[in-house]
Amino acid sequence: MSQQIWDWNYAFAILPLLLEGLGLTLVATVLGSIVAMVLGLVLAVLQRGPRPLAVVVRGFVELVRSTPLLVQIFFLYFVLPQFGIVLSALTVGVIALGVHYACYTSEVYRAGIDAVPRGQWEAATALSLPRSRVWTGVVLPQAVPRVVPALGNYVISMFKEVPLLTAIGLLDVVGRAQEAGDTYFRYVEPYTIAGLLFLLLSYPASLLVRRLERRVGTI
Amino acid sequence: MDNLATFLSVLAQGLPETVGATVGGIALTIVLSFAAGLALLSPSRPVRVISRIYVEGLRGTSEVVQLFWIFFALPVLVGFEIVPIWGGILVLGLNHGAYGAEIVRGAIQSVPRAQYEGALALSLSPAQRMFRVILPQAVVEMIPPFNNLFIQLLKSTSILSFVFISEITRQATQILVPRFNPQVLQIFLLLLLFYLVLSLVITAVMRFLERKAAARLGRGPSERARRAAVTGAV
Repeated sequence: MSQQIWDWNYAFAILPLLLEGLGLTLVATVLGSIVAMVLGLVLAVLQRGPRPLAVVVRGFVELVRSTPLLVQIFFLYFVLPQFGIVLSALTVGVIALGVHYACYTSEVYRAGIDAVPRGQWEAATALSLPRSRVWTGVVLPQAVPRVVPALGNYVISMFKEVPLLTAIGLLDVVGRAQEAGDTYFRYVEPYTIAGLLFLLLSYPASLLVRRLERRVGTI
Repeated sequence: MDNLATFLSVLAQGLPETVGATVGGIALTIVLSFAAGLALLSPSRPVRVISRIYVEGLRGTSEVVQLFWIFFALPVLVGFEIVPIWGGILVLGLNHGAYGAEIVRGAIQSVPRAQYEGALALSLSPAQRMFRVILPQAVVEMIPPFNNLFIQLLKSTSILSFVFISEITRQATQILVPRFNPQVLQIFLLLLLFYLVLSLVITAVMRFLERKAAARLGRGPSERARRAAVTGAV
């Protein structure tokens, strides 16, 4: 069997499908990031809340962070239907990615909140601002901009973890590559292109984050 | 809960694969991290460029893609197939080694410059400077971030279920879930518990190593290292 190692015709033929998959990967990343950014902030603020609640949230964050995302994806995929909740693969994926990364971003927000000088809290209290205004008017506007680069890094990590969703049948870029490979029994081209597509997007993104880091400084 | 014993024993059958892949992956990660991390600081430009390509190439592509590439594309290119568990260890090590290289580089660069100058003034050879002065101090700084990296690696072993390695995630999803479908909640909680315990073991070992490495330098764990361990920066 003497077939060539790299077949350009085949590579170009499967490219549109792979790009379609990449689109789905990006959709999952964007939606997952939105969930992670919002929920992460909530988890971070809750950890500064009343003690019993803070402890429960802390435990949840630790549990999610020390167990695999893939298992959490399967967990939602298999367990939710038991409670009568049937969701599409993309929805399950966005929830799993969002919640998993929220536990990471909550740590980032927490570091940002901790870095706000004590004097700011004291001044806000002295001005007898209500609790909600202390957060939205004083603390968060100082804490959030500084953590943007760190959040950006997590978005990039999430982008690279979307292929885990092929396990529950999402046809993202890797799902498409797998499909093409299984159909034509040629795996070199689809997986190489898939890898290059990831590199093409995530490397410039990480350079951008590094530049941001230099501008705002890290915590 | 009467099936608990069955769940435990089926999951436990996957433990050798999970633990083997983790330990093997960690060993390869350490080797590649130091090799690539030191190469990133090499005075020779080609060496720096090659290690930079390795680091950015592996950090820039998805781990799942790397896994599939090694399992499905590489055999076509080189003409032989890899034993699954070794392929798994290879992917885990290559991927996490790229992240580890940055940890090694960062830790070496964080050693105060005066230490380097002092070693130079004592006319130590370049190798002596690195291995007797710089690295012992850098290693203490590396341990907390490596702890996080190794836990990431442990979690990554779950993706080996994609390539038919019977580690604990595959044991749960392929054997237990189809047979005990009404009890998926228990199955997955148990599976999560397995990972939680394994990650606690890694943390315990790394804390021990950190104390030993710090004691060798005659000091307690540094403030920076402690903070990194708490916030868990990746």
